[in-house]
Amino acid sequence: MNTAETIITRATPGAGRTVIGVSRFGDRAFEWLTLLMAFSIFVLIALIGFELFRGATPAIRKFGWHFLVSGTWNPVDGVFSALPFIFGTLVTSAIALLLAVPLSIATAIFLTELAPLWLRQPLIIFIELLAAIPSVILGFWGSYVMVPWLHIHIYPLLRSTLGFLPFFQGQDSGPCILSAGVILAIMVIPIITSVSREILRSVPGLQREAAYALGATRWEVTRIAVLSYAKRGLFGAVILGLGRALGETMAVTMLIGNVPYIGLSVFKPGQTLASVIANEFTEAITRLHTSALFEVGLVLLGVTLVVNALARLLLITFAGPSVKPQN
Amino acid sequence: MQVVAFICAVLVITPLLLVFYHLTKLGFSSINLAFFTQLPRAVGETGGGMGNAIVGTFILLVEAAVIGVPIGVLGGVFLSEYAAVSVSWWVRFGADILNGVPSIVWGLVVYALVVVPMHGYSALAGGIVLGLMMVPMVMRATEEVLHLVPGGYREASLALGISKWRTILQIVVRTALRGIVTGVLLALARVAGETAPLLFTAFGNPYWPRNLTQPVAALPLQIFDYAYSPYDDWRRQAWAGALVLLLLVLFINISVRVLTRERWGAKP
Amino acid sequence: MSRLTAVLSAVVFGIFLVSCSKNQPVSVTGAGSSFDNPVFTKWFEVYAAVDTNAQFNYQSIGSGAGQKQLLNQTLDFGASDAPMTDDAMAGAPGKILHLPVVAGGVAIIYNLPGGPKLKLDGETLAGIYLGQITKWNDPKITALNPGVSLPGLAIIPIHRSDGSGTTFIFTDYLSVINKQWADSVKKGTAVNWPNVGIGAKGSEGVADEVRQLSGSIGYAELAYANQNKIPYADMKNAAGQFVSPAPDSVSAALATATIPDDFRFSMVNAPGPNAYPISGPSWILIYQNQGGDRGKHLVGFLKWAITDGQKISPTLDYAPLPAELQQRELKLLDTVTY
Repeated sequence: MNTAETIITRATPGAGRTVIGVSRFGDRAFEWLTLLMAFSIFVLIALIGFELFRGATPAIRKFGWHFLVSGTWNPVDGVFSALPFIFGTLVTSAIALLLAVPLSIATAIFLTELAPLWLRQPLIIFIELLAAIPSVILGFWGSYVMVPWLHIHIYPLLRSTLGFLPFFQGQDSGPCILSAGVILAIMVIPIITSVSREILRSVPGLQREAAYALGATRWEVTRIAVLSYAKRGLFGAVILGLGRALGETMAVTMLIGNVPYIGLSVFKPGQTLASVIANEFTEAITRLHTSALFEVGLVLLGVTLVVNALARLLLITFAGPSVKPQN
Repeated sequence: MQVVAFICAVLVITPLLLVFYHLTKLGFSSINLAFFTQLPRAVGETGGGMGNAIVGTFILLVEAAVIGVPIGVLGGVFLSEYAAVSVSWWVRFGADILNGVPSIVWGLVVYALVVVPMHGYSALAGGIVLGLMMVPMVMRATEEVLHLVPGGYREASLALGISKWRTILQIVVRTALRGIVTGVLLALARVAGETAPLLFTAFGNPYWPRNLTQPVAALPLQIFDYAYSPYDDWRRQAWAGALVLLLLVLFINISVRVLTRERWGAKP
Repeated sequence: MSRLTAVLSAVVFGIFLVSCSKNQPVSVTGAGSSFDNPVFTKWFEVYAAVDTNAQFNYQSIGSGAGQKQLLNQTLDFGASDAPMTDDAMAGAPGKILHLPVVAGGVAIIYNLPGGPKLKLDGETLAGIYLGQITKWNDPKITALNPGVSLPGLAIIPIHRSDGSGTTFIFTDYLSVINKQWADSVKKGTAVNWPNVGIGAKGSEGVADEVRQLSGSIGYAELAYANQNKIPYADMKNAAGQFVSPAPDSVSAALATATIPDDFRFSMVNAPGPNAYPISGPSWILIYQNQGGDRGKHLVGFLKWAITDGQKISPTLDYAPLPAELQQRELKLLDTVTY
């Protein structure tokens, strides 16, 4: 029934009630349909949580809190603890942030304050394209191009100059915690940069003008008026990047060396929560091993949920719903 | 400071350029007609291609769209048009959380829910996991685009006596259609490159896909498989496959940017 | 443009759905050992001419995965270089049969400047992987290789990070040779490796790491070593001879093995002057009760593989099964119910 018919039937006495009844039904039905679809979000979250929990129950019952702290992952003897992977995940993410945050924020400043207008859009596109590169391709490229280059040219340099620090001691074999950290940095730079850019753009112009009026130099304006003001938002951007780094699987699996390890040297191979699942899930034969891997998944889910929730809250309280973190 | 910032910006885009350069250098020579139309040959034999993986990826993407688009778009409609502020805040928050779930966890969940009861890996399971991953992405994108449609359109339509649901579908959504398609395409580009969830669902298959209840090959899976094979021929094909996948993903992303820029005139 | 794409997608998808309903070949799915991957893909290619109604989809994801997915009944057959344990079989929903289809040697591959040919023995190998022998010019290694100049390079031992039958054969051998290994690390498809070296996924991954890292040592099926022209060591066997892995030396080991009725056996450190000490069989695992059509095609393939297929194995560096073993296996296959 098209619009014209609706109007005409409305105008006709007697027919009105039926028409309004029909559209009320249509409206109700549609509203319910869309509500159902929207609430599928909660169904999915519940489903994920439930399945992981169900799979993890045997391991939870057997190990309790020790799963998080005891430190041994031994499928042969049936002793499992996620500690080496929590360690690996945290360290690789920390390295990624250490490398990515200064670069990203500097780039965001460049894009919002310094770059000539004609350069901005192409640069932004490039950065967003970097975000679009599938993880497996970055892992593949990292494995065959980046890691050998690092292994031959960079790591020996680090070892000779910074080798007095416990972080840079020991021989590396190419794939190691540092390599995984570097590729993760490449993967989180786009998201930190684009969110930081939005944050910096939303800083009111008055802030800058007030600083100039007080006689600040360009860098001082940026530092005092913009960066300090945007602190919370920038922090939110960084946490968002952290959330991405924590869950990254393929590229890390290909570059980290795949050995459960806890220690200080970044030249050693390691394992993250995500990479151990990728490596061992399809072949964990004993029920306990499978269950332990589900529990690792649960830990990973918990950590990423908390970090992402924190990031969103920070961003919302900083700039309100007008700042949209791009995915 | 300017110099430092400029150098940082250059450093940031360098990896993209390097990846593109190396993929082209190592993979371009292996891209030929055979690559797109033939099946993989036995280990140690030369020739063959990744035709089945390309078709497999296409099939998985269609399945994912069938699941992800209706749920995502309709959910976005709810968020934008019907929901009370508090409800929509929670749904949006939930969608953001789902967007943050690592893809390997999605794979675990769909393995337990679909693969095990079905007693087998399947294209169906692969499509389901990719489709579910798309839902929060499409939902958020749709909601944002619908917000941009001027309220006046809705009011004019309702004033004419058109029912709310038709207003939404025929006026609001149609106006925002390009933006919605953009959101869907970006989500598709994102899941097209996913490997981890497919490890436990689609599984891989050296033959042409014929049946949704059978395992299926997919481009990222095949790349992962071949990347570490000891056979030079397969490794070269992995580079070619990576190049094809990268080009596909980049193409979708670039065309989407071009489309939205014309329409909404976004300033940098 | 988007409408056109939608229509095109619908058309292609439609064609695909229609083709689903036509008469298709039966699809048999299996997975597991990367050890057998080369010979399997060759067998499937040749067998496609023998049975035109079946397609075999095999993914080489590791022996452990093959066993696990068979237990989960997500596969029609598994392939493993490690026999299933009694515990694992007890948890299975049906009786599982082990059918040896090939035997192969695990090559000890390494990367040294100049690519010299090395001789090694079990004790030294254990010492390297236990982290006790750390440099290539260690006296224990130079003693076995007089005349070869070995650099003071650090040894990087590479092991499998995924569950692997090749690891099983390797650790089985080290457990037999070295008491400390047997007590601390033991044998298995996945073990608690001592904290040296790195793990790589699949034999392909191990071969790859060895090729890239100077000073590294690893273990992989002979086929991978030959395919990639990576140098491998001559190992000292139980008779005190240094033997190269090859179909002949593996056959010599196989000939001396005692094979029980359920076909689960080990052949590491076999006696005999020509036997290669790090050898093992590889099994295909199936349920004794096969439901329906797929089962018939699967058993048909197995009967072919155990007999005619054995002529192909040596061309890919595997040892063929002796005739008597073939007959015993055919008898076992006759007990399969459908």
